[in-house]
Amino acid sequence: MQRKLMLPLGLSLALALLGPLLLPDYQVTLVNYIGLYSIVALGLVLLTGIGGLTSFGQAAFVGIGAYSTAVLTTALGLSPWLGLLVGLGLTGLIALVLGMLTLRLSGHYLPLGTLAWGLSIFYLFGNLPHLGGYGGINNIPTVSLLGWELSDARDFNVLIWLVIAAVIWLISNLLDSREGRAIRALKYGTVMTEAMGVHSGRSKLVIFVVAALLAALSGWLYAHMQRFVNPTPFSINMGIEYLFMIVLGGAASLLGAIFGATLLTVLKQWLQDLLPQLFGQGGNFEMIFFGILIVLCMQYARAGLWPLISARLPKRAGGTPAPPDLDTPPLPRREALPEHAVLLRADGVVKRFGGLVANNNMNLQVNSGEITALIGPNGAGKSTLFNLLSGVLPPSAGEIHFRDQRIDQLSSRRINALGVSRTFQHVRLVPDMTVLENVSLGAHRRGHAGLLRTCLHLERGEEGALLAEAARQIERVGLGEHLLDEAGNLPLGKQRIVEIARALCADPYLLLLDEPAAGLRHLEKQALGALLRRLREEGMGVLLVEHDMDFVMDLADHVVVMEFGEKLASGLPHAIQENPAVMAAYLGGAE
Amino acid sequence: MDWYVFTFLTQDGLTTGAIYALIALALVLVFAVTRVILVGQGDFVTLSALTLATLQAGKTPATVWLLLGGASLVCVKMLAAAAREGRLAQAPRILLMQMTLPCVLALVCWLVEPATLPGALKVLLSIVIIAPLGPVLYRLVYQPVAQASVLQLLIISVAIHIAVIGISLWIFGAEGFRTLPFTSGNLDLGEVSISLQSVLVIGIALALIVALYLFFGHTLYGKALRATAFNQRGAQLVGVPTDLAGSHAFLLAAIIGAVSGILIGPITTLYYDSGFLITLKGFVAAIIGGMASYPLAAAGAFLVGLLESFASFWVSAYKEVIVFTLVLPVLLWLSLTTHHVEEEQH
Repeated sequence: MQRKLMLPLGLSLALALLGPLLLPDYQVTLVNYIGLYSIVALGLVLLTGIGGLTSFGQAAFVGIGAYSTAVLTTALGLSPWLGLLVGLGLTGLIALVLGMLTLRLSGHYLPLGTLAWGLSIFYLFGNLPHLGGYGGINNIPTVSLLGWELSDARDFNVLIWLVIAAVIWLISNLLDSREGRAIRALKYGTVMTEAMGVHSGRSKLVIFVVAALLAALSGWLYAHMQRFVNPTPFSINMGIEYLFMIVLGGAASLLGAIFGATLLTVLKQWLQDLLPQLFGQGGNFEMIFFGILIVLCMQYARAGLWPLISARLPKRAGGTPAPPDLDTPPLPRREALPEHAVLLRADGVVKRFGGLVANNNMNLQVNSGEITALIGPNGAGKSTLFNLLSGVLPPSAGEIHFRDQRIDQLSSRRINALGVSRTFQHVRLVPDMTVLENVSLGAHRRGHAGLLRTCLHLERGEEGALLAEAARQIERVGLGEHLLDEAGNLPLGKQRIVEIARALCADPYLLLLDEPAAGLRHLEKQALGALLRRLREEGMGVLLVEHDMDFVMDLADHVVVMEFGEKLASGLPHAIQENPAVMAAYLGGAE
Repeated sequence: MDWYVFTFLTQDGLTTGAIYALIALALVLVFAVTRVILVGQGDFVTLSALTLATLQAGKTPATVWLLLGGASLVCVKMLAAAAREGRLAQAPRILLMQMTLPCVLALVCWLVEPATLPGALKVLLSIVIIAPLGPVLYRLVYQPVAQASVLQLLIISVAIHIAVIGISLWIFGAEGFRTLPFTSGNLDLGEVSISLQSVLVIGIALALIVALYLFFGHTLYGKALRATAFNQRGAQLVGVPTDLAGSHAFLLAAIIGAVSGILIGPITTLYYDSGFLITLKGFVAAIIGGMASYPLAAAGAFLVGLLESFASFWVSAYKEVIVFTLVLPVLLWLSLTTHHVEEEQH
């Protein structure tokens, strides 16, 4: 088990087992509420702190969970367990629809959508027939679990904190997996992940639905603990409070969620007693306090308060995970291609940005087992062409084929699936993941485990194989000593090499490298050249954008020169070096 | 539904729609220039309406002390920054620039018996008290985190909105207010009777919209603001002071909010927390405009107003639900039509 899990798991299990025995009545109820809030907050940490998305509508999902079971158990007399299933199903469905509507748009549409939805559902709870209006629903039955009747707060104390322990275990399993790496990469933008074959839209949907389901679970527990529901605790204000909890506690850590839920609940109780004594009755002074507190928190401690505390806790030794076992059998590979077969062909490709023609009538061919170099002055349109070839941008006209398939209208994810893998001119690594984790993102498509198996960690065999493959590629590019270092801590030159290892992890036919040698020292450049030659011998096709002429001319089988978005010349390296038009372009009109 | 009800509802819908259009424009403006989704936009509306109502009741509005307090905090921050950078010689200038208006307003409110002021002056005073709250808000809350992500700025917006309605409850109490109508006349056009109040509201709203259009399309400063919206760093490089742009966007938003408050005050009973629903309906309109297009946002606002008006006639209890559910098909349409490419992150 991971060491960082020990504190949150230990804490919740201790509260589950010892809380009911040791705490007085009032504190048991308080701890229960903190637990119910924590379940929602844990989902929000996954969504907001880790995934970079936000929802103000979690209280509405809690409400769906609570009202579903309330209606089914009182009006229809059905089992609370059926109520749980229906609540989760309904919530999942709504979250799925809401997510699909908003997640393709830029990041602020989801929170705005949840704001509107959170308000609507509050009015629905108050006005729909059979929901008891603003008065609510009474006499919700108790739950019994294998003959254990949960009739009072102490029983719920055990159940709630056992649920929290389970949730923490499941979420950390999820995060420590192939799916989890895709989720953790989300907030750094989806251009890179999509180019690595990750379906980022699906990852976003997964965390939104999981967060909603956790909220519904909390609602179900609430309904059977209180045995009464009304619309008030599911208002948009409560939805905002859930978000405040994780902002205050620390949006990116699971313990931050529990810490934030505790802090907000306890502080609110205390302020509601204290502030009216200072300012008089008839106000809602704790709202002013919390609003300002959150603003200050965002201004001075954007990561929340828990990271500030945990930085002061004593560190235990031996926290680093073990490197993967390299004896794991390798992943299956793509079938080999004949040498010098045409891999990529661009015909008459045009790209316009408004009035600017970045690429005009570009033709290009890349063969297997060859290194093709694309050179040209700054602003010649090389990176734009790269983005067209890899599907990051659609061309305005022209055709691009990979092997026998037309790819110019395909997404970068689909192109990656065909066997095209790329690096970026501006390095796109996930800075807070290790080199190993970053590189294994490249192998994303070579794993298949589903969400449930991942959360239960039943995919460890596949996971081991993926990590071993990543480790082999890291070894291959010569970064073995940095395997478990955080990628953001490496010098820029080495980060570029990490990108190459990540691209290789996809087992590609064609490698697109955007300025791989920039920032490398002489010996590192030689090593990179040797690596590319080895790849060529193995039959891989390589397309290279590069500024270092010595490096290119030494290595390339074929050189294409671009200027002003058009092809200026192409041919063998020594012919290009003597081409007067190319010399003019580089030296500025040598006549 | 008979003809009379129909014209009444249409009129009502167009009138509130005009207000939502103003709110939507302010939201789009602030978002474009600063990337802030200003949840508190509706709070400017309620604060100005409630300030006017307090003046009309012959009492001193506490919002003037709010302004004085906020401006003092801004001053303290600016003085502290000046001291850190060894520019203390600028202290008198900072004090003069930041404190003159709030102090004058506080003196006016303190010395003059509100009941003796003529009606138009009360309106003017309300607007002048609320408008500077915009820049104060920007400097205190948003400027220190101008580089934060849209999401973080949104969380801040929600937090400050929560604080503002807390303050609003404190100073105005929980009961609702309605300000005096500007006019009670009616314009009779055969079978249709149009209230002059509605005509006035729609007229002023349209005039403001046209003024904004002219400002952004045809003045150098308006164009500079738009440039900031398009590319902040680029604008900075060609000499547009982007902090000032943010402050001015908030000033415009606060003025629009304050005027909207004066316009809506006589039509609707406003409570300390009514601003939230007003903002959200402005959002629905702005989302219809894709958070970018001014004319589409304005058209969306009239749609929202009409929908709300007719919904409140047929299914009163569900009118908010219907308005907010309108967001869903719009989002569907947006998500099917926009090809969202994220900006390069450096």
